[in-house]
Amino acid sequence: MTACVEIRGAGKTYTSKRGPVTALTGVDIEVREGEFLSLLGPSGCGKSTLLRCIAGLDDATQGEIRVRGTVVARPPDRLGMVFQRDVLLDWRSIRDNVLLAAEFQGLSRRDFTARAQALLERFGLGDFAHRHPWELSGGMRQRAAICRALLCEPEILLMDEPFGALDAMTRDDLNLELQRIQQDGKRTVIFVTHSIAEAVYLADRVAVMSTGPGRVVEIFDIDLPRPRPLSIRETPSFSAYVSTIRGLFSRLGIVKD
Amino acid sequence: MAKGSSGAGHGQGLLATLGVLLALLVLWEIAVRVLAPPPIILPAPSVIAIELAAAPRYFLRHAGFTLWTTLAGFVLSVVLGVALAVAIVASRWADRLITTVLVVLNSLPKVALAPLFVIWMGTGAEPKIAIAVMLAIFSIVADVALGLRSVDPDAIALARVHQATAWRILWKIRFPNALPALFVGMKVAISFALVGAIVGEFVGGSAGLGYVILVAQGQFDTSRVFAALVVLGMIGTLLFYAVEAAERLALPWHVSQRSQNPGTTPR
Repeated sequence: MTACVEIRGAGKTYTSKRGPVTALTGVDIEVREGEFLSLLGPSGCGKSTLLRCIAGLDDATQGEIRVRGTVVARPPDRLGMVFQRDVLLDWRSIRDNVLLAAEFQGLSRRDFTARAQALLERFGLGDFAHRHPWELSGGMRQRAAICRALLCEPEILLMDEPFGALDAMTRDDLNLELQRIQQDGKRTVIFVTHSIAEAVYLADRVAVMSTGPGRVVEIFDIDLPRPRPLSIRETPSFSAYVSTIRGLFSRLGIVKD
Repeated sequence: MAKGSSGAGHGQGLLATLGVLLALLVLWEIAVRVLAPPPIILPAPSVIAIELAAAPRYFLRHAGFTLWTTLAGFVLSVVLGVALAVAIVASRWADRLITTVLVVLNSLPKVALAPLFVIWMGTGAEPKIAIAVMLAIFSIVADVALGLRSVDPDAIALARVHQATAWRILWKIRFPNALPALFVGMKVAISFALVGAIVGEFVGGSAGLGYVILVAQGQFDTSRVFAALVVLGMIGTLLFYAVEAAERLALPWHVSQRSQNPGTTPR
């Protein structure tokens, strides 16, 4: 197994008016090629900061982060990112929003229109390609955002609480679809969430993070067979993972029993 | 269908406006006939109409001149204003320089600068256009700079993840994002450009409705002054609605333009 993303002693300190604030400290993770890693923790644990550092949107102030062997100084190639909000542009149709990923890189729209349409079909948005974002529901908008992230065949997909704002049923749907596309493409996914069940359901490994300062406390291997149906969440082995992680959070004083 | 209903709403609004205008005109006519003020103070609407009808080509020629200087000033302030706003957003240095100059300029009563422009540029169309630009450009720069700045930070992050250049971010995100603000600025600017053109004509020249008013005032020809004002009012109204119509065409996606009931509401 080769490391796709190597994080060594990574930390991030902001300078604020009241002095330095440590958002993240001493993170060591090796994300394997094709692995699904969840970053799980309460707000303020630095999980989004870590993701932004991997994406090259923020600089790690300590340690280093390498993507495929290269130290991240700017956004690496072949990256896709999904944010908590869909960030669709109101003046573009759904299809044109998806094509934006190619346009940003100066690639020709024409080379990607077929793929954009195929992606939209696959996510059940085929009939909505020419609609505008404000005509779609939250779940459909987030699906379109995922299509946009997948357009240029990213090798690494970074997702920052992508389903945090959706209702439980839509969230289940999208968890299933995400698992499918990750399995199909053997993509490396780093997924930020604060839901224990979501983290366990999706991931090969769950990195549990804590606050004050933000750090990785423990990394759990999730040894559940794939593909995982939604009903796997009712099995004893799934529940064992969830309660172990909850127990850890409770010992850290983050959740109360 | 939604478009149709909003169109009907527009038509009704227009009808109501015309009705109110007509009622006011009738009231004015009656008041003048009953109270009979000296015609030099207040002519009746019918007299103003006759004045207009007697020399339509005279009014048309001068209105044409005013319209052309107004539009030239407006277009120049949009082009220059957008360019300045881009510079302000792109560089902190440009921001300090341009903002300082604009604030100083804007705090001066620009009408007081008009004679200077006549000294510099003569009595043709140029000083009128220059004064129109001076009056109109401020609202364009201020509104567009704000629009270019108030972009969702996540949209910029998305662009950076896809390795977009600053130029592409400007063109694909910042600029469309600033379009609604540009139109807000344009609606203010078009009225200011007309004011600027008239001020220019007051100060010096031999054409335009401002010149017509000035000459008629010298001759105490009040009905001609009023006739010129009527044409001026029509030009101002038409220009404003033209900008609004362009806005509706350019921004069908904007919240302010969306129909009340979208065709379908998917889950």
